[in-house]
Amino acid sequence: MSFKSKLPLGLALIALSIAQAQADERYRPVDDKMVIDECGACHMAFQPQMLPKRSWEKIMATLPNHFGEDASLSAEKSKYILNYHLENASDSGWWSGKFLRGVKDSWTPMRITDIPYWIREHNEEVPAYAWNDPRVKTKANCLACHPRAKNGDYDDD
Amino acid sequence: MKPMFLAFAVVLAFAPNQPASASPLLDQYAQQAKSDSPDFKEFTAERGRDLFLSRHNMGKPETPSCTSCHTESPLKAGLTRAGKTIAPLAASASSNRYTDPAKVEKWFRRNCNSVLGRACTAREKGDFITFMLTQ
Repeated sequence: MSFKSKLPLGLALIALSIAQAQADERYRPVDDKMVIDECGACHMAFQPQMLPKRSWEKIMATLPNHFGEDASLSAEKSKYILNYHLENASDSGWWSGKFLRGVKDSWTPMRITDIPYWIREHNEEVPAYAWNDPRVKTKANCLACHPRAKNGDYDDD
Repeated sequence: MKPMFLAFAVVLAFAPNQPASASPLLDQYAQQAKSDSPDFKEFTAERGRDLFLSRHNMGKPETPSCTSCHTESPLKAGLTRAGKTIAPLAASASSNRYTDPAKVEKWFRRNCNSVLGRACTAREKGDFITFMLTQ
C-alpha cells in the first residue's frame, strides 16, 4: 500500500478519535429528587461519579461547615443522600474511571476541581480570563460553561 | 374521614384573610418570643431591616452579612457563593416565601449560623419575616 492509499484511512481514524474524544464527557445524570433538591439548592448537584466514596463520606459528615457555610441537613436526609453518593462514587464500580487517575488512596479530595483529571481537562482548554469572568464566579459553577451539565453532558468544550 | 377532611378544606378555603397574621409562622414566633422575654410586644420591620443589612462579621468569614448572597435589595435575586441564583427574599417578589415552616426553619438554622455564628432568636426571625413581608 502506498502512502496515498493509506491517507484516507489515516484521516478516517483521526476523525473517529476526535469524535470519540468529543463525545466521552458524559456522566449519568443525578436522578434522585432529594439529591437534586438538597444539593442543588446552592449549587448544581454534582455527579457523584467525580469523587471517591471516602470524599463523599467526609463531605456529608462536615456539612455544618461546608466550604465556609452551614449546609447542615437532618440526619435522615443526610444518610439518604450519602447513600446515593456512595452507590455512584468514582470507586463504586468494578472499573477504575478517569476521575480516579492520580488520586492516591491516602488522599481524600474535597473538591472535584482538585482531581487531576479535572485539572488537566480545564488547564488545557480554559484561559485565565474565562475564570475571572463575573458570570463564572467560581470553578464550582459548571453550568456557566457547560449548559447541559445537569444532564451529565460536558461535551461542549 | 373523607367528609371530615372535605369539610375542613371548605372551611379553610372560605376562611377570611386575617391581616394580623400574614404568616402563621409569625404567630408561632411571637409565642416563642413572648416566652423568651416577657416584655416582648411585637415584631418590627425596622429591626428586621437592621438584621438584614448589618455587617455582623460574627459567623463564617465568607458570609459577614445576609447581603453577602442576597444583595442589599430584598426585591432582587441573589447569588450563592457557588454561582446559583437565589429567588428574592421579599414576599412580593417570591410568592411562596415564608409559607413552608420546615423550609423557613431550615434556612434560618443554616444561615443564622453562617452569618451570626449562632441560632437566631424567635424575635429575630419574626422581625426578619415582618420586614420581608413589607417589601
